[in-house]
Amino acid sequence: MAQVTFKLWRGEGNNGSFKEYTTEVSEGMVVLDAVHDIQIEQASDLGVRWNCKAGKCGSCSAEINGMPKLMCMTRLSSLDLEKPVTVEPMKAFPLVKDLVTDVGWNYEAKMAVKPFKPRKPDASDGTWRMQQEDVERAQEFRKCIECFLCQDVCHVLRDHHEHDKYIGPAMLVKAAAFEMHPLDVENRIPDLKNEHGIGFCNITKCCTKVCPEHITITDNAIIPLKESVVDEFYDPLTKLFRIFKSKK
Amino acid sequence: MSDRCTTHEYDVLIIGAGGAGLRAAIEAASMGDSVGVVCKSLLGKAHTVMAEGGMAASMGNVDDRDNWKVHFADTMRGGQYLNNCKMAEHHAKEAASCVHELESWGALFDRTKEGKILQRNFGGHKYPRLAHVGDRTGLEMIRTLQDHGIHHGIDFHMEVTVTNLLIDGNKVVGAFAYEREKGRFLLFKAKAIVIATGGYGRAFKITSNSWEYTGDGQTLAYDAGADLLDMEFVQFHPTGMVWPPSVRGILVTEGVRGEGGILTNSEGKRFMFEDVPPLYRSSTADNEEEGWRYVTGDKEANRPPELLTRDHVARKIVKEVKAGRGSEHGGAYLDIAWIEEKIKDSETHIKKKLPSMYHQFKELAGVDITKEKMEVGPTTHYAMGGIRVDSETQMTTVEGLFACGECAAGLHGANRLGGNSLSDLLVFGKRAGAHAAKFAAAIDTFSAIDSKEVDTLVTQALAPVDRTEGENPYKIQQDLQETMQDLAGISRSEAGLNEAIEHIHAYAKRAENAHAPGNREYNPGWHTALDLHNLLTVSEAMCLSAEQRTESRGGHFREEYPEKSKEGSTYNTVVRKAQDGSMEVERVPVVPQTDEMKQIIEANE
Repeated sequence: MAQVTFKLWRGEGNNGSFKEYTTEVSEGMVVLDAVHDIQIEQASDLGVRWNCKAGKCGSCSAEINGMPKLMCMTRLSSLDLEKPVTVEPMKAFPLVKDLVTDVGWNYEAKMAVKPFKPRKPDASDGTWRMQQEDVERAQEFRKCIECFLCQDVCHVLRDHHEHDKYIGPAMLVKAAAFEMHPLDVENRIPDLKNEHGIGFCNITKCCTKVCPEHITITDNAIIPLKESVVDEFYDPLTKLFRIFKSKK
Repeated sequence: MSDRCTTHEYDVLIIGAGGAGLRAAIEAASMGDSVGVVCKSLLGKAHTVMAEGGMAASMGNVDDRDNWKVHFADTMRGGQYLNNCKMAEHHAKEAASCVHELESWGALFDRTKEGKILQRNFGGHKYPRLAHVGDRTGLEMIRTLQDHGIHHGIDFHMEVTVTNLLIDGNKVVGAFAYEREKGRFLLFKAKAIVIATGGYGRAFKITSNSWEYTGDGQTLAYDAGADLLDMEFVQFHPTGMVWPPSVRGILVTEGVRGEGGILTNSEGKRFMFEDVPPLYRSSTADNEEEGWRYVTGDKEANRPPELLTRDHVARKIVKEVKAGRGSEHGGAYLDIAWIEEKIKDSETHIKKKLPSMYHQFKELAGVDITKEKMEVGPTTHYAMGGIRVDSETQMTTVEGLFACGECAAGLHGANRLGGNSLSDLLVFGKRAGAHAAKFAAAIDTFSAIDSKEVDTLVTQALAPVDRTEGENPYKIQQDLQETMQDLAGISRSEAGLNEAIEHIHAYAKRAENAHAPGNREYNPGWHTALDLHNLLTVSEAMCLSAEQRTESRGGHFREEYPEKSKEGSTYNTVVRKAQDGSMEVERVPVVPQTDEMKQIIEANE
């Protein structure tokens, strides 16, 4: 048992500041536990969003000592407790209150990605056959828990506020999940270039670093999508080759 | 109408956006109805994401001896024959098509060598039956339904909580709700309402359930005059994490045991081989070698005792702990690392089959499950009991009010088999959505709503923030959770239940004086205060029903009556609001099986 000081962001909209709370911590605790203890003992109206407390729902995203993380998966033992631990809301989205941000924009951005469209069932029983290795490629992206930490850390959104022009890494992962789905026949490549702003990504890989699900966002999702865009729009030879290939 | 809230009108209003709610919404919307969905959290965060192991459907992809009849018999046996047999039949027959439908909407299940949907072993299922995606099947399901559903013209009201249903006679006409962000009120006028709010695990201290699971739907239905059924049956999942304290209760999937994980005590003994229940003796392995052969797909082998039903495994772990043979922190050891004796490169195998378990133990407990044993113990996991519904339409005893998923009762009887929940959500979500849409289509206009009643609801809802002093709502919740854990949990007695009810009445008094400082904007103290009524209602219903059942069966264990009674197999327990506002309980006869059902059950013993 030890007393640890937390600096939590308190406030609404544009008005806010850090407030210090000291609470007792014990072995194995995560940041969300401490925040809950503070809520119960000292600040019952402290706004914090959470659900599963097991790293599966992606609700409790925040910036802990400046690093975008899930509060429920950040053990206190991984932090320097000699100094106050700062917890503040994500920066890429408008503040609702305290640690809670308005992430509604992400839901709108997702709506713009064309939905899954399967090819016709081709097995005799009216379903499909797929090989495990083909399935695994898209499964990596389907691990996404929509915590939006990758959106938070992406400088295009965080610093340049290009929310109107760029759907961000999380939604590119979504697009990749559909594009690489073995059954999908939709074409999202023109949208990726023209509507979703994939060109804004300049591969700094910050998103990959913060992903709590360890999805290789840049290398496995964004770069292959960028390559498809290049193939489709900028490389006549490849385009020709693809036309012939698809006719086989 | 009251100017203190915004009004919305929908043919069908769905309360809850987990698997059942989303499936119901998609069904109702595809039938042309206008549909609104209210979710307590953000879309896609509902408790369905926590489901790990898979969804049960007798597709027979791994063992072609499987069919709906075997699934039906397994479900009935698992539920100790208190299930609504008609619901169990619908479920067993329709689960496979629901899984295929989910695949057609984009779900990407793990595959067999032939490229079909892979199925895994789970407790109480005779054959490998669970379609799965590693150990994150629930996430796959909710995301598929979410991504499909958002393109159906459905309105989603995120971070909105319904606190009251509006009733005209015996018919539901609307719902009253608040939104978290600004603390504003919403009034929904609806021709039909589907409740899909999940369970009530938060009534207990140790639980795998999230903050949302406060029995909202059950209480809404009860307050509206609907019957609750089988409320004594709560599933204590045998394997929750026990150490460190802050993660106590977080689920460890049954998939660990399905992949060959074994339970041992402090003496290193595999204690599950003892006390195998008579109902399962002939189908359970009596030696370690046979158990291993079963999990690796030998069709001739019987299942290892670790894969007996959850109620039995949970009680066995408690027995070991009580006998002083528990693990270091008061649980049992769950060991998957041992399979290195059996297979090459077991580390990669475990990480691939159980990725989130590997992740969870590594990050939260500092345990590498490919090399070390886990410590596990029972955790409140699932409510078999809930809102009583019609087995064909999912309509409650209130007209126009439907329920599906965990908040509804009937399918699982006294104990739910793992994997039968996700399929339950799809099968009965679809049915509830279809019947609610049909019901709504027969109604021309929205009913008028009494604005005075709405004003009263607004005043009631604001009371905890309007009070200038009073009690901390979190403390009342914690006290209730302690009481239920100690007196109405895995082991119950008449004296304990009576004591619990006395406490609940005292907490209800305290709740009337709960005070949430601060304003209405995103104020969790206020939300906790409003949830108390629901937690207290379901807790009392659990205790009264548990008192009524003077035997031990499935998820319900009575110290004075440790065995099943003959009479106990003949009735279900019903709780409803009496004329005077008190809670009344009665026994109703179990839904009788048809001759065909009896034959199926006999043939599959």
